[in-house]
Amino acid sequence: MSAIRIASGGRIDRSRAINFRFDGQAYTGHPGDTLASALLANGVTLFGRSFKYHRPRGLLTAGVDEPNALVTVLRDSVREPNVPATTVELYEGLVAESQNRFPSLQFDVSAVNQFAGKFIGAGFYYKTFMGPEFGPLKGTRFWMLCEHFIRRAAGLGRAGLAPDKSRYQRMNAFCDVLVVGSGPAGLSAAAAAADQGANVMLAEIDSRFGGSANWSGETIDGTPASAWASEAVAQLAKRSNVRMLNRTSVWGYYDTNTIAALERVTDHKPMGASGEPRHRHWNIRAGSVVLATGAFERPIVFPGNDRPGVMLASGAMRYANEFGVRTGERIAIFTNNDTAYGAALALKRTGASIVAIVDVRRDASEKARHAASECSAELLTGYAVTATRGGKMLDGIEVQPFDGQRVSGAARKIDADCLLVSGGWSPAIHLASQAGSRPVWDETLQAFLPPQPTENWVGAGAFNGAFQTADAIAEGHAAGLAATGGTNARKLTPPMVEGFAGEPNPAPVFEIKGKGKGKAFVDFQHDVTADDVRLAYTEGFTSAEHLKRYTTLGMATDQGKTSNVPGMAIMAEATGKPIPEVGSTRFRPPFAPVSVGSLAAERFGDLKPERLTPMHDWHLEHGATMYSAGLWFRPMIYGAKGETVEQAYVREAKVVREGVGIVDVSTLGKIAVQGPDAGEFLDRVYTNMFSTLPVGKARYGLMLREDGFAFDDGTTWRLGETEFLMTTTTANAGKVMQQLEYFLDVVWPDLRVHVTSVTDQWAGAAIAGPLSRKVLEACVQGTKVDNDALPFMGIVHGTIDGVNVMICRLSFSGELAYEVYCGANEGTRVWEALMAAGKPFAIVPYGLEALGTLRIEKGHVTGAEIDGRTTARDLHLDWMLSKKKPFIGSAMMDREGLVDENRLQLVGIVPLDNRPINGGAHIVEQLHEDHPMNSIGHVTAMCYSPALGKYIALALVKGGKARRGTRAYVSDPLRKRFGPVEIVSHHFFDPDGSRMHG
Amino acid sequence: MLITCPYCGPRDVVEFTYQGDGNRTRPDPASTDLNAWNAYVYDRVNIAGDQNEIWQHSGGCRTHLAVTRNTLTHKISSVRSTHAEPPAPPKPARKKPRAKA
Repeated sequence: MSAIRIASGGRIDRSRAINFRFDGQAYTGHPGDTLASALLANGVTLFGRSFKYHRPRGLLTAGVDEPNALVTVLRDSVREPNVPATTVELYEGLVAESQNRFPSLQFDVSAVNQFAGKFIGAGFYYKTFMGPEFGPLKGTRFWMLCEHFIRRAAGLGRAGLAPDKSRYQRMNAFCDVLVVGSGPAGLSAAAAAADQGANVMLAEIDSRFGGSANWSGETIDGTPASAWASEAVAQLAKRSNVRMLNRTSVWGYYDTNTIAALERVTDHKPMGASGEPRHRHWNIRAGSVVLATGAFERPIVFPGNDRPGVMLASGAMRYANEFGVRTGERIAIFTNNDTAYGAALALKRTGASIVAIVDVRRDASEKARHAASECSAELLTGYAVTATRGGKMLDGIEVQPFDGQRVSGAARKIDADCLLVSGGWSPAIHLASQAGSRPVWDETLQAFLPPQPTENWVGAGAFNGAFQTADAIAEGHAAGLAATGGTNARKLTPPMVEGFAGEPNPAPVFEIKGKGKGKAFVDFQHDVTADDVRLAYTEGFTSAEHLKRYTTLGMATDQGKTSNVPGMAIMAEATGKPIPEVGSTRFRPPFAPVSVGSLAAERFGDLKPERLTPMHDWHLEHGATMYSAGLWFRPMIYGAKGETVEQAYVREAKVVREGVGIVDVSTLGKIAVQGPDAGEFLDRVYTNMFSTLPVGKARYGLMLREDGFAFDDGTTWRLGETEFLMTTTTANAGKVMQQLEYFLDVVWPDLRVHVTSVTDQWAGAAIAGPLSRKVLEACVQGTKVDNDALPFMGIVHGTIDGVNVMICRLSFSGELAYEVYCGANEGTRVWEALMAAGKPFAIVPYGLEALGTLRIEKGHVTGAEIDGRTTARDLHLDWMLSKKKPFIGSAMMDREGLVDENRLQLVGIVPLDNRPINGGAHIVEQLHEDHPMNSIGHVTAMCYSPALGKYIALALVKGGKARRGTRAYVSDPLRKRFGPVEIVSHHFFDPDGSRMHG
Repeated sequence: MLITCPYCGPRDVVEFTYQGDGNRTRPDPASTDLNAWNAYVYDRVNIAGDQNEIWQHSGGCRTHLAVTRNTLTHKISSVRSTHAEPPAPPKPARKKPRAKA
């Protein structure tokens, strides 16, 4: 195969050069090139090694259906593996490498696999590595021995380890009509729908609109088809009601016409513009969809059909007409239908000689014979190709007479450096199949056609089996109208299409069984041969779905675009059934590979939403290290220069115990519970009583789930007879709100209660420490804050720096403490006023780490302990379970397994070697560092306690209550931390609470 | 999947939160019949066909909706608020946004 760039024609801008590298070698191409066309034009024929047998492979196609030429594209240190070279647009500085070869593409040691082919056929893994072990070369243990080598030898590209820093965006869109595919049918459909005033979206997988018009070589109404398409695109682009997306693969068709598409925004550029996403995930809601997705040409299965130089006729025609590359000098054609004669003419025009046209049919049509003589090719009807010759590159073929079933007679050798194959066409019905329709077998086309739609779509063009351009344009027009329900349309003047367009109706020949050796491939990408399909039949895997799973036919990244129908046909022959009875597997999304980044778009990276408290900027200005808690950002520590995290939080916590500190608690969930039945409602959702709570007081409350496990805790304040303010943990704010709404809407609609989330309306600051009252006294106006006016759990209203505030005396730290709430807009102002008032008392801001330290010292629980598996009793909160009333979870919480004394219970842990231990470390009864012991529990939280002067931890330990005072061990093999611990009460500090009541 | 909220009109399923089986009935709160509670909390039928479900329009009006959905086709045959009579159909939405960016 000696491919060269031809002097003119196609989409290639020969006036500009683009430099790129493939496997370390520098090449040049031109704007308009794909990596495939540029390499081909540089004479590169070997693109990769095959999946299993490491056979040399070249290009089979020119588009998204390419099974062989998978490459890895490298950008900086980010690797993008398994990209078909046919879909990579060339850009300046592109670097790509071939895959699945070692040490090099030209010389690959694993190529020896092809001689062991008999032993690694279909089901090789199952047969060799599954089941009972007898002897050393069988069974699971053998797998464990071989896994490393097999994983290295098999497979495709290697993923990189560098993080992908690209930005991925998500977009929702609505349209009346979505047209998928921009060939003649799609362009015509989009124009017709747009004429009706509909909002139209047109999606094209390629960079260039126009589809087959770009390479058919036809003229439409006297203009070259590609120019006709450009003009149609220009007309559409002028319309305000048409949105056109190129480089966009529509990959998923979901319920009620929800369409998923991937737009590759910057993959074709050396570098994206500032802020430009790499990929954009489109979620399109279309009133109706026009499927004009065209068709894929199929190969014929024959021995040696994978040799570089053998390619699909349409692929070569596309390279010639669209990319300006002649794929060979001496070209042979092997076909079962008339369309390949068009490819012969196209290649002849590029100056190649067509050495032979091998047609399996005994008679060729008049048109075909005429075409053959026009390109002065020898026409061999009733012949088949039975072997290919050459090493890593084709240098000849062998042909034999063929009677439609089998070959006979002497083989004749024909020299050729390129063999173009056409085995008929399969309409690209993937999206219709995803939408739930079973395809219908068409005898004339020998292909599956889309059936009656089950969703609101209309088909047009080759997708429908209308392969002639004039028909496709007419069908597109009709589909565009049907999609809009339009009736007042102008009649379409049928276009005059000229050029050679052969009928795609093939002879029912899918496979040539040659006498010679040589593998005949069905699925090129997964290395599934015709013999593998027959082996599957012999072993009883006869249905389409079983065949697919057993041989992995069609399960590679190309999803069997070229292999599906030939595979079914070979199975049908083996079973003696017609093809439709073997069936077709249902296509599933995605139609083409989708980047994982696009699916997670805007859920990570800088497009992820963030929640910031009103005092966020203040924290940053004052040296806070921020910590993300869900979507929230909270100060972790306010570290001084040179301080470690531990030094910082220990200093902060110590100040709270000895003086006064202030912490931002705005992230706590806050829910206004209002209405005449609010008290009754809270009695039902909390385990303890709230209807008896006096106005102006707060109470700590615990909620369970319906199944009796602990759910969330927090304080709820009674602001008025019919008004409560509930607080929840930061993490559970949303879930608690939904639980309340569910019960009010569904279970107790008779209760007169409204719940409103007011988390974002209030800013909150907790000031804690023995001096906290003095700080308030210095700045609060309009109310007293002494022990009489503001007792423990009392609430007062006043002002700070002229801002209305609500102050509740409650304590998470165990010290005398208050929570000050004000309107979110005034949060920073009140915070700064508190800081100013606290200055004489040396107030310091403290972060989450110190907050955690203070609560661990007190044995208060948070989400690490209320983890969905613990009960109120496990957490020693049984005193909160009212016996006077039923509440959510009360019926289920006393089940046998939930009251067992041996459950994981909350305990305190003191490491006896006074070294830190980690959350998640296991507690064991006996310590063996070398082999794991049964865990009796795990550490949930750990800190250095300044109050106690040592490291302490909370843990959930089996029967923990009874183990107090006993010895156990911490075992953390991952972090190599082992050592003795003492199990103690979780109340480390001030167990009777005298400090906060003082 | 589209759910037609009686208050907000047809909306994408991502705006909704599944809130469980719509067939179960909560036992009397004072009931101590563990079997009844067990059935309410854990027992579910796995219907191939029309199924009653509770969905919350959590990304919208936050109403809980009683939805009848076909588990085989995702066709939704009825949607109503769990505690109110269906309201009057929503007024036509504001002018359709133009497709062109």
